[in-house]
Amino acid sequence: MTGLPGGALDADCFQEAYAHSSIDTIPVPLPPLDSPKWNSSLRAFALGFKSVSATIFSAVLFATYIGIGALAHDSHFSLGWTLLSTILVWAGPAQIIVITTLGSGATILQSAIAVTVSAIRLFPMVASVIPLMRTPETKRRQLILVAHFTAVTLWIECHRFLPHVPRDRRIAFVHGLGCGLLCITLWANMIGYFLAANLSQTLGAAILLLTPLAFLFSTARNSKELSDVAALVLGLLLYPLFSLMDSGLDILISGVVAGTIAYGAHRVRARA
Amino acid sequence: MSDFLGDWHALVVLLVAGVIPNQIWRMLGLWLGGGLDEGSELLIWVRAVATAILAGVIAQILVHPPGALASVPAFLRYGALAAGFVAFMLTRRSIFAGVIAGEIVLLAGTWWFG
Repeated sequence: MTGLPGGALDADCFQEAYAHSSIDTIPVPLPPLDSPKWNSSLRAFALGFKSVSATIFSAVLFATYIGIGALAHDSHFSLGWTLLSTILVWAGPAQIIVITTLGSGATILQSAIAVTVSAIRLFPMVASVIPLMRTPETKRRQLILVAHFTAVTLWIECHRFLPHVPRDRRIAFVHGLGCGLLCITLWANMIGYFLAANLSQTLGAAILLLTPLAFLFSTARNSKELSDVAALVLGLLLYPLFSLMDSGLDILISGVVAGTIAYGAHRVRARA
Repeated sequence: MSDFLGDWHALVVLLVAGVIPNQIWRMLGLWLGGGLDEGSELLIWVRAVATAILAGVIAQILVHPPGALASVPAFLRYGALAAGFVAFMLTRRSIFAGVIAGEIVLLAGTWWFG
């Protein structure tokens, strides 16, 4: 997360922040700002819905949610529960934490604490996405669904697409984009769930491996700062140690310790 | 939990352990988000802890694997992740290349050693 000014709308700011990634080289397939296609909210919704085909993150999301579907199946959750968790939670890390911790016998409180720590990152994301589409007439309740859809994928795509969307059509556009991404993940959940139920053990294992692989590499790709990289590496290495304690809070303790060491490394370097 | 939704207890657990602790931050962002500095020291620490928790979850799936993944020998699970990481770095951080390489090593390995 680079320090984007809250209300910055011009693509320059975003392209400067992400100049070292390839996101901004993909053309945005939207009609010009003055096109009559933007005259209706429904058209804007449809354009947002269709835009999921123009994002590389759709494929990553698809693979991740196939993995989540398979994980839920092998952790003995029902398909309806899995789909409902995707609709209501709408955050891959939180869903995986709920499924793996509850599946391995943690208490509800332990899961809730781990989930809420993983979800704090949503606070600054929502806070930086909302100003992109607010107008003086916008009521807060019109933005609730936008806040709900906000997660790392939508957060990145808003900064890429919204400069090409007229301001008064942006909420409809983002609703369409969010619904499109939701459709992708629900289909992926069902596919993963049924594959895990019906495939051979080897292929089932391959599907379950999708989740750690997709999460590791997408997190590594998003880790630009020293503290993020150190937290990722230390978190991977320290968990096996802390899991020996078998306290039920292993994930949380290793996360706080590894994250705090990583933050310390960032402080030491900042002072040097 | 063989029904489509499962029992009401599972749904209450989903709400209390998953939905509420997650959504509370989105709604706080919507209500209070105005003057927040993304570069503040507190947020850097929070992000580091959140990243490390996610890394811990990745490690947990590999160390204490669920279901079918438990049938794969440990060295192959770690090997697949390592191979994926090498491919990820060699392709200038392509998520796709990393995932495919990891999967190929896992499948080839279980075929070879199975």
